[in-house]
Amino acid sequence: MSRARAFWRRYRNNRTAVGGAVVLVAVVLLAIAGPWAYSVDPFDMVGRPAELPSGEHLFGTDVAGRDMLAGILHGGRVSLLIGVMASLAASVFGLAMGAVAGFYGGRIDDLIMRTTEFFLTIPSFVLAVVLVAIFSPTVANITMAIAVVSWPSVARLARAEFIAQRDRDYVLGCRAIGMPDWEIITLQILPNALPPLIVVSSLMVATAILTESGLSFLGLGDPNQISWGYMIGVARTVLRTSWWMAAIPGVMILITVLAINLVGEGLNDALNPRLRTR
Amino acid sequence: MSTVFKVEDLSVEFRTSRGTVRAVDNLSFSVGASETVAIVGESGSGKSTAALACLRLIANPPGRIASGRILLEGRDILALDDAGLRAVRGRQVAMIFQDPMMALNPVFTIERQVGEVLRLHLGLDRRAAAAEVVELLRLVGVPAPEERARQYPHNLSGGMRQRVMIAMALACRPKLLIADEPTTALDVTVQAQVLDLIQSLKERFGMAVLLITHDLGVVAETAHRVIVMYAGRKVEEGSTQEIFKDPRHPYTRGLLEAAQWEEGDGNLLREIPGTVPSPFDMPRGCSFAPRCARAIAHCRKEAPELRELASRRPVACFVAHGERG
Repeated sequence: MSRARAFWRRYRNNRTAVGGAVVLVAVVLLAIAGPWAYSVDPFDMVGRPAELPSGEHLFGTDVAGRDMLAGILHGGRVSLLIGVMASLAASVFGLAMGAVAGFYGGRIDDLIMRTTEFFLTIPSFVLAVVLVAIFSPTVANITMAIAVVSWPSVARLARAEFIAQRDRDYVLGCRAIGMPDWEIITLQILPNALPPLIVVSSLMVATAILTESGLSFLGLGDPNQISWGYMIGVARTVLRTSWWMAAIPGVMILITVLAINLVGEGLNDALNPRLRTR
Repeated sequence: MSTVFKVEDLSVEFRTSRGTVRAVDNLSFSVGASETVAIVGESGSGKSTAALACLRLIANPPGRIASGRILLEGRDILALDDAGLRAVRGRQVAMIFQDPMMALNPVFTIERQVGEVLRLHLGLDRRAAAAEVVELLRLVGVPAPEERARQYPHNLSGGMRQRVMIAMALACRPKLLIADEPTTALDVTVQAQVLDLIQSLKERFGMAVLLITHDLGVVAETAHRVIVMYAGRKVEEGSTQEIFKDPRHPYTRGLLEAAQWEEGDGNLLREIPGTVPSPFDMPRGCSFAPRCARAIAHCRKEAPELRELASRRPVACFVAHGERG
């Protein structure tokens, strides 16, 4: 497939983005395969509390004597899962809203845009806290809460892209051959509008992971699922005496978010038609 | 000759922040089978708006077809529901646009795009459509059609792209082809080829053609009848021969003189002074009067109606009707 090859050629030009992709793949593999390879339950008490990293417990133990390495591996699963699912849900919903608003304009556009403004005027983290506090803190609810606070920015970008595309002659041409609106939106305009949206969605995964960590840190995480933010939250009280307990999951979040951002930038380089040289 | 397409009293309005403007005002015309009718006029005369309105392609809002009937073989297109309208578009009435680069979707192959029409109207699946696309490309004279079909619009030259557009327009053998400035964006050498192609396909399939252009050379070569538009109105209509040999409206004369500048006058370009008036600022009386060398007092008071002259040619001009200042 020559298009895929051309995409890879442009992506490869950005060295740091390639590095980011490598790190990201490693983190994902670790999250998928890790808990299976290292079969220690992250909630089991396996030693004395606050043990330093050692041969027995590679990352030490936390305040309750739970294995930190198991926590990092299982927590990675939850953090990545919430990040990806929340970003996906926000992207799909935001894209649908923005596409309709941008394509049709008029009153439906006003309605959708006023709705996004309503969301954008509320600090998104605070709104996420409120939503999780109202509903029970399960993985599904946390994912939905993050998606709810994230979709408006996608909707606005999608709207801008659709407005830029809708008056192009090819859209008029599609109308002139009798193509129904939904086909014009999904099959004709969407492929043209997609590149910047892919970039934003990928970066949103990073934001979602950070939001989830923040929620968990505040004790609003799913109590039955360990996540990186939850681990930092647990370590909060012993930050001065056992710094590594917060540092290890913190570094994992840092590495993952950084890698996602680098990948997003690489995608932008590879997909942005304005940077493309023929 | 049977009438295929008939437009009666068509008016198109646009709502703007500065009020409602009329881009097309009470336009009527008809096109017969195998006939080519040209609508000519300057930029801003409303000719493209009229063409788009024929398929209800005016963006609404801000545009609106305020009145009139658009009859395709007696059926009013304005009365159709969405599904009925889609069945007409591309199947019975096809359209080609000015800039063939912009009218093709950059992310799809030629095969895929031309195939869309066949898929929508004839229900062909993608494979059957692909074979038919190659035949269509061959028909419109695209060399190496199998190869071209798999390429993207940016791989093709302007003339090739316009041929692709024509292939797409002709895929379902429409009864009427609306060509909106089909050669304006093309090189002069390619223009003639594209016009010849439209002409020969028209004869082959017995299509009616509505040609929108500002290029009188194109009109002289292809059209049977000419409608001259100015500021949204039809100001004169006649056979191509009549219009070129004996233009009655001063505006038509001005257009012809401007087009024939190289032949005399020591190469002095005879232009029509001024520009088409802004729709926000239409003069009282005849909209052409401020630019007209022959305007009389009456012209500035009242807008002339279209009236048939003795030769049965409709003209909207008091002077042409025989009034003297």
